[in-house]
Amino acid sequence: MSEAGPGTRARVPVEDQQLVDPPPTRPIEPGAPPPVVENAGLSRWIPALAVVVAWVLVYFFTRGNHTLDLPSLSRTDLHDRLTGVQNGLLEGRSTNPVMQFTNAIADGFRSTVDWLQRLVSKPAFPRPVPQIGWLGVTALATYVGLVVASWRIALLVLASFLAFGVLGFWDASMDTLIIVLISVLLSVVIGLPIAVWIGTNARANAVVTVFLDLLQTMPTFVYLLPIVLFFGIGTSAAVVATLLYALPPIIRIAGFGIREVSTTTIEATDSSGQTYWQRLFKVQLPMARKTIIVGLNQTTLAALSMATLASFVDGPGLGKPVLQGLRVNDVGTAFVPGALIVLMAVMLDRTTTAASERSERVARGGTSNVARRRLVVIGGGVAALVAVYLSRTYVTLAEFPTYSVGGRISAGVSDVVDWIKDNLGGVTGGTKDGITEWVLNPVQSVLAESPWFVSFAAIALLSLVFGGLRALVITVVCLLGVWYLDLWHDAMITLNMTLFATLLVMALALVFGVWMARDRRVDLGIRPLLDAGQTIPPFVYLIPVLALFGPSRFTAIVAAIVYAAPAAIKLVADGVKGVSPTTIEAGRSTGQTTWQEITKVQLPMAKGSLVLATNQGLLYVLSMTVIGGLVGAGALGFDVVYGFSRSEAWGKGAAAGLTIVLLGVMLDRITRAAADVRRDDGPGPRRAFNVRLPIGPPR
Amino acid sequence: MRIATSRRARLGALAAVATLAFSACGGGSIDDATEANESQAAESGGECGEINMAVNPWVGYEASAYVVGAVAEDRLGCTVNYKELKEDVSWQGFGTGEVDVVIEDWGHPDLEKKFFAEEGDGSAEDFGPQGNVGIIGWYVPPWLAKEHPDILDYNNLNKYAADFATSESGGKGQFLGADPSYVQFDEAIVNNLDLDFQVVFSGSEAASIEAFRKAEENKEFLIGYFYAPQYFMAEVPLEKVALPPYTDGCQADPQDVACDYPETELKKIVGTEWAGSDSTGVDLVKNFTWTNEDQDVVAAYIASDGMDPEDAAKKWVEENQDKVDAWLS
Repeated sequence: MSEAGPGTRARVPVEDQQLVDPPPTRPIEPGAPPPVVENAGLSRWIPALAVVVAWVLVYFFTRGNHTLDLPSLSRTDLHDRLTGVQNGLLEGRSTNPVMQFTNAIADGFRSTVDWLQRLVSKPAFPRPVPQIGWLGVTALATYVGLVVASWRIALLVLASFLAFGVLGFWDASMDTLIIVLISVLLSVVIGLPIAVWIGTNARANAVVTVFLDLLQTMPTFVYLLPIVLFFGIGTSAAVVATLLYALPPIIRIAGFGIREVSTTTIEATDSSGQTYWQRLFKVQLPMARKTIIVGLNQTTLAALSMATLASFVDGPGLGKPVLQGLRVNDVGTAFVPGALIVLMAVMLDRTTTAASERSERVARGGTSNVARRRLVVIGGGVAALVAVYLSRTYVTLAEFPTYSVGGRISAGVSDVVDWIKDNLGGVTGGTKDGITEWVLNPVQSVLAESPWFVSFAAIALLSLVFGGLRALVITVVCLLGVWYLDLWHDAMITLNMTLFATLLVMALALVFGVWMARDRRVDLGIRPLLDAGQTIPPFVYLIPVLALFGPSRFTAIVAAIVYAAPAAIKLVADGVKGVSPTTIEAGRSTGQTTWQEITKVQLPMAKGSLVLATNQGLLYVLSMTVIGGLVGAGALGFDVVYGFSRSEAWGKGAAAGLTIVLLGVMLDRITRAAADVRRDDGPGPRRAFNVRLPIGPPR
Repeated sequence: MRIATSRRARLGALAAVATLAFSACGGGSIDDATEANESQAAESGGECGEINMAVNPWVGYEASAYVVGAVAEDRLGCTVNYKELKEDVSWQGFGTGEVDVVIEDWGHPDLEKKFFAEEGDGSAEDFGPQGNVGIIGWYVPPWLAKEHPDILDYNNLNKYAADFATSESGGKGQFLGADPSYVQFDEAIVNNLDLDFQVVFSGSEAASIEAFRKAEENKEFLIGYFYAPQYFMAEVPLEKVALPPYTDGCQADPQDVACDYPETELKKIVGTEWAGSDSTGVDLVKNFTWTNEDQDVVAAYIASDGMDPEDAAKKWVEENQDKVDAWLS
């Protein structure tokens, strides 16, 4: 579901020192009082409060005027002009030279995928089964795990592949893996050169960043129709959609890694008269290697997160059974393939991470007995080949036997959800109504029912207070864009939901993050749940959430929290954990209570991580906007779904998508600027900002 | 540690090979099946070829598509490629040959303008009604119709407006709009009939169904846009609210609509190029027609009994050979 997915945990060993706040460098004498953390943040809340009070006052006298409200199914001239662009492309499709070119590429994708499918997932006519049966594929994959990582990873791979088959989704799982594999390969081929470019050229970086922001925050539903025009339906569209979404992480993260190579090293080696290429291949790339691999890992998970969305245009794989579950309104049907997507994410994440750690050790010359390793490599290889041969010969080893366990799990999940629905229905309804009436509606009124220029000015002033002049400039530009796109009122409603959901996300993140940081067992227990929350397709839990809350904005907020809270919790937990034990010890020696320790030492010292968690929380929540549109939240999410559903409204969907992009950029830049103001954060969070930037689930 | 690792790995590999060897004995030979397939392919002529069948995202459509597909495969020897797509994407596919058949179309004037011969590029054509009749309208859950029978007349709706209010409807009664894929005039109807309601869009069919299901279970007030044939009607038989009856032209201006939705003859749309080919599948699709009841049976197999669409279709085809024969004559 996300690129920060399960990676967050597994990356810690590699990234420990960089991503998490480094321990403070200030020397602390044993027994000294804990360092005084300046309360630089507090003063900013006073002008902010003043702005809000003034805003509310103006609202009372002007509400309902100039709100730029546009009925849900209405469109403006601008929207129709945008639709015209899409229609123009459609009309000229037989003569458009660009499309002929892209269609040729699409043919290449199609035949490649088809070839791989015949190899492992669909009957290779005239054979009744694929070229390599399940046994061969499983053996090969396990062997790869063994060779590139370790026997533990090999076991994980083995268990995962067996689960794909035992739960009844062997073919779909193989199809998803094929699409992910091809997209990741292409991402590396296309992404690395661009990463080198932006890593060595500041101006290129500025330009490319704009495109990456666009790719990562634009809802997929907006560009699925044009993709179909340029690349056709099915596997080719799936590959391209996945590629577009998976490309940004590797460019961003690898580019950042290359940029970060210390200038001293470069100057030192330059002085020996090296060429540009020598510098690149002998210094910059090797030194950025670790970061590049983090990028690769994130790209892989992003690719996997597109599995369900690609199925909207007949992309093969596990997304199809998930969508079938949505069609028959049965959470059980969607759950099993959804869980397999989680399993696949965990498998790919742990494998790539372990592989990079292993190669690190090898590069350092820390390998063990060469003869023994050779034996494992050759012996395992022979065993895998034997398995491949057998799976080509016998039907039972080629076609995964059918088990009933998948069906039983589906039924069990449906029963559990029914029980929850029957027993909690009353409580949830009351919660929804209370929160909507007392929080959601009043704030929405001020945001959306004030005249647009009043809200505009107020938001701009708030950005100035929190982020300074730079944030103000960007905010004004973004808001002007929102105004131009004719969806101001919807944008304010979406902004309200986003802010409120983020508030809840941060509350959860503080409670669980601190708890996890202080108790290792809690951490171990909760992590897997967080990984699952981040990677399970939202379409799986839409039905139960709807059953509990009905179609409403609150339902959308709940769905957004399920997706966004795990990332924020992990970031806070890692940040709090990174606080130097010396500092905590110093505090304890002065007789602090636990509460004081948390509020006076741990949280203030980890505030870089808190800001980062807020930033990511906002972007994650925003990326769930379209999912919200599917569960009755209306506003921008509904507009995007409308545009995707009816060709005459494509322009409105596109405008809504662009509005979401603008809101995302605005919120991102304000929180980043707010983080930069606090200069004592050290390089940790700043690095983390670059490595984990805007991330989203399929929208 | 190292030693232990590699020994374990070797043991594992050995164990794997052994299990394989054992389990292999039970399996049939793939070579035999391959030869059988080859000779079969040599015998059967390719009269039908491939049919690219769009599968739009609702269960009733799946029922129609897989029934036609099952007949085409089993009786005519076609290869049917099912493609799960939304309506707009399906229509785009006619021109490129990626889609041949849309088996259940609820009326898309905008797409007809783009793809029919009269105004558009002529890549698609109307292949006649497929027998199902779409009944779109305003529906309430059965408990409500039973307890307050007068609610089935739109004139009495204002009396209950306050009961229909939700957290989303801003003090008015809530009218639950549907998935934006469907043509809806409810905002205009509410306005023009002076109803004290606010249209709130569910955003997806799944959300609408779950809302009606919840309303029936908890005896909540709910009114919204819905339609038959729909598998959910078997589970919760929603009752239709009478609006001023549809007359020709009363939907001409979207702003002025104050009447009910017309009954819609669901149509088959096919790619022009495919329709002109000599595939035996063309006549099958041309002749295919069935009733709402037929579709409901198959839809229930899929949605309530959890059957695969393919198995559900095969089951219905076996039980209704006479109807199937009529399509093939």
